[in-house]
Amino acid sequence: MIIELGAFALILALVFSVLQTGLSAVGGARRSAVLAGAGRGAALATFLCVAVTFAALVHAFVTSDFSVANVAANSHTAKPMLFKVAGAWGSHEGSMLLWCLVLTGYGAAMAVFGASLPPRLRAYAVAVQGALGIMFLAYTVFASNPMIRLVDPPVEGRSLNPLLQDWALAVHPPFLYAGYVGFSVVYSLAMGALIEGRVDAAWARWVRPWTLAAWSLLTIGITLGAFWAYYELGWGGWWFWDPVENASFMPWLIGAALLHSAIVLEKRGALPGWTVFLGLAAFTFSMLGAFLVRSGVLTSVHAFAVDPTRGVLLLMMMGVAAGSGFLLFALRAPSLNSGGLFAPVSRESAIVLNNIVLSTATATVLLGTLYPLIREAIDGEAVSVGPPFFNLTFTPVMLLALAILPAGPLLAWKRGDAGAVMRRLWVALAAAAVLGLVTYGLIVPRKALASAGVALGFWLIGGALAELAERVKLLRVPLAQTWRRATGLPRGAWGTTLAHAGMGVFVLGASFETAWRVEQAQALSLGQSFRLGAYSLTLQDVGTVEGPNYLAERGKVAIVDQAGRLVCAARPERRFYPTGGQTTSEVHICPKGLDDLYIVLGERRAGEGGKPAWLVRAYVNPWVRLIFLGPLLMALGGAISLSDRRIRLGVGRRASETAA
Amino acid sequence: MRGSSLGALRAFALTLTAVVCMAAASEPSERLPDPAQEARARTLFREVRCLVCQNESIDDSQAELAGDLRQIVRKEIAQGRTDAEVRAFLVARYGEFVLLKPPFSVGNAALWLAPAGLLLAGGGLLVALLRRRSAAGSAETAEVDALSAEEEARLAVLLEGDGHDCAEKGSQEDPPA
Repeated sequence: MIIELGAFALILALVFSVLQTGLSAVGGARRSAVLAGAGRGAALATFLCVAVTFAALVHAFVTSDFSVANVAANSHTAKPMLFKVAGAWGSHEGSMLLWCLVLTGYGAAMAVFGASLPPRLRAYAVAVQGALGIMFLAYTVFASNPMIRLVDPPVEGRSLNPLLQDWALAVHPPFLYAGYVGFSVVYSLAMGALIEGRVDAAWARWVRPWTLAAWSLLTIGITLGAFWAYYELGWGGWWFWDPVENASFMPWLIGAALLHSAIVLEKRGALPGWTVFLGLAAFTFSMLGAFLVRSGVLTSVHAFAVDPTRGVLLLMMMGVAAGSGFLLFALRAPSLNSGGLFAPVSRESAIVLNNIVLSTATATVLLGTLYPLIREAIDGEAVSVGPPFFNLTFTPVMLLALAILPAGPLLAWKRGDAGAVMRRLWVALAAAAVLGLVTYGLIVPRKALASAGVALGFWLIGGALAELAERVKLLRVPLAQTWRRATGLPRGAWGTTLAHAGMGVFVLGASFETAWRVEQAQALSLGQSFRLGAYSLTLQDVGTVEGPNYLAERGKVAIVDQAGRLVCAARPERRFYPTGGQTTSEVHICPKGLDDLYIVLGERRAGEGGKPAWLVRAYVNPWVRLIFLGPLLMALGGAISLSDRRIRLGVGRRASETAA
Repeated sequence: MRGSSLGALRAFALTLTAVVCMAAASEPSERLPDPAQEARARTLFREVRCLVCQNESIDDSQAELAGDLRQIVRKEIAQGRTDAEVRAFLVARYGEFVLLKPPFSVGNAALWLAPAGLLLAGGGLLVALLRRRSAAGSAETAEVDALSAEEEARLAVLLEGDGHDCAEKGSQEDPPA
């Protein structure tokens, strides 16, 4: 019954989204507050209906209602509760419903919280958001409905892949979707502005909070995914340049570019066309991601949803949204007047450089991801583009942007003074160079490139701190006054500092981990040991344990340091899930400051003298925690910026006009 | 980040056996005795695709074919072949698909040159923008330099013609930092 209610609500949501689009569009065109208000009401109703459907699906998963095809295929009675709930978005159909929930949720948020927007822009944006809703809801209802019942329900479900029964992966999709579907609002606002024909500083001020929210959530989503890969896949990798990863990374890069160019538009009225273009591009990349991930056109390690029919539908939806967006852009772009002059050395120039680099990086990832398809279409040759390509192209391009990053926030608008900026940054630069040299000198084996990476990381952190010190006039005025200045700083400034420093933290971690990771693997019988860097590992015991829905072999590995002290008693597991007949490794990670000791128990085999032995693999991952801490700092910076008074109040003068 | 979307993880389950046991190349029984050669082999592994896997290098994959490929690479290295020779050998046998790092060739020129090309194009656009802007904005920046008679005349024309634009721009002038 509840499922039927959910299915009905989903169809109702589709009807409401049609109303939302129609009423808002007419309301905008005729400047009718009544119609626009009704459109907003419909937006709210759409969201509530999708929420009912989603709740019904979650209910079916929680109660293990295997008469629902989706539940039967993805759940199991013995599964822990968290993973039953997460199973609701663990399939193609369920995750599309989550997509719709987020999409309509943002539409409702725009309807409720968009009071500071000019009425016309708001009406048009709500209409466009509704049009996106129509497409995705129609797709969900007609081509990917999660509420379908089975005529002959099974007694037990087929369960979710055990690798995915993990807290990080349970919460990863909601964050990820809240992030990249969040760019739909930016798309809608861009469309609204283009329909109205007005893209100005005020528009940038309205777009920024939505971009910040979406980008920060996407950052958290990607980081959770990377963290999951790190500890769940059993060999410590965290980024693979897989097409599916790239699909979520491209909107992130474009979102970062948009965040910066919107500042230029807001403060200086420059780059309106480019900023709108990025606004359209961000969501286009999100939809491209949805297509790549679900169509099976690219070989990915995720290898899912090989359903060409659905792929074609998703491609068509992307074509309609992106096509109409960029067509409108092409028609309007010539009339967008770009004010705001600036000198070659200025903050505007720095941000334009940032945008050039981020766009190039995005294009590189896009080209690398699609190149196998392109080559195949051109001359039928099958080629692969993997991590070595991205490391050789993407990384140097990004390093360029990072090298000049600390100077950006210190440059004045319009015309900056490079000399003055260097006078403020030389301490940070010198400190970074010294730390890089120390790294080069002290850490064995010597690695010049990685040491340069370490210096770059410190340069970013030092640069961010130098900018903060400059703002509070540290050591140049009495401390009390510095304190007053610090407490009086706009939150946006703290956000910038934190996000830029977070980038540095990430670079430090990535440089260290990639260059100085230590790996060792050996088959050990009970009581045998091997050396791993400065540590010694002994396999003391292997026992059997029974989990809620698995059986496991659990090893006991004692790790001692050179002084003979016990550093960690690791309990890595090798689990067998009888439902699907799958085996997974449950690694044991011992944090040692910023480093991780990473222990994996492998399969049992015959050892010396016929005694059983287990393959034990172990890694020292130096500073690996920073890889995940850095992006979280960036997301936190975004959240702090979002809480800035200027953003909360929205728009200053024009807000009071529209409110009056 | 492996697992951008939980969508369709069901099918993912099919590839599970290939995914679970990663870092297969560290398998002790396969190693070459010479550590320098072994290190070279490991570097090469990361550039070679496991052909039957979804998207993995033979360094990571536990699949049987990946094991065979690792053995081939190790054997070639042990026989004193250079990295380039090993790559050429693999391409001759399995096609370009086997390399995760596409070789620089006519067919792949677009792929390898695009990033640098885009960066240069972007830089060029910025320079053009700044030139155009500084030409258009000469009236605004003229305050620093004394105006020539010709410029004075042009300024007068501009001020008469579209004075309000200049005045507005001027009022936005930030105090020097």
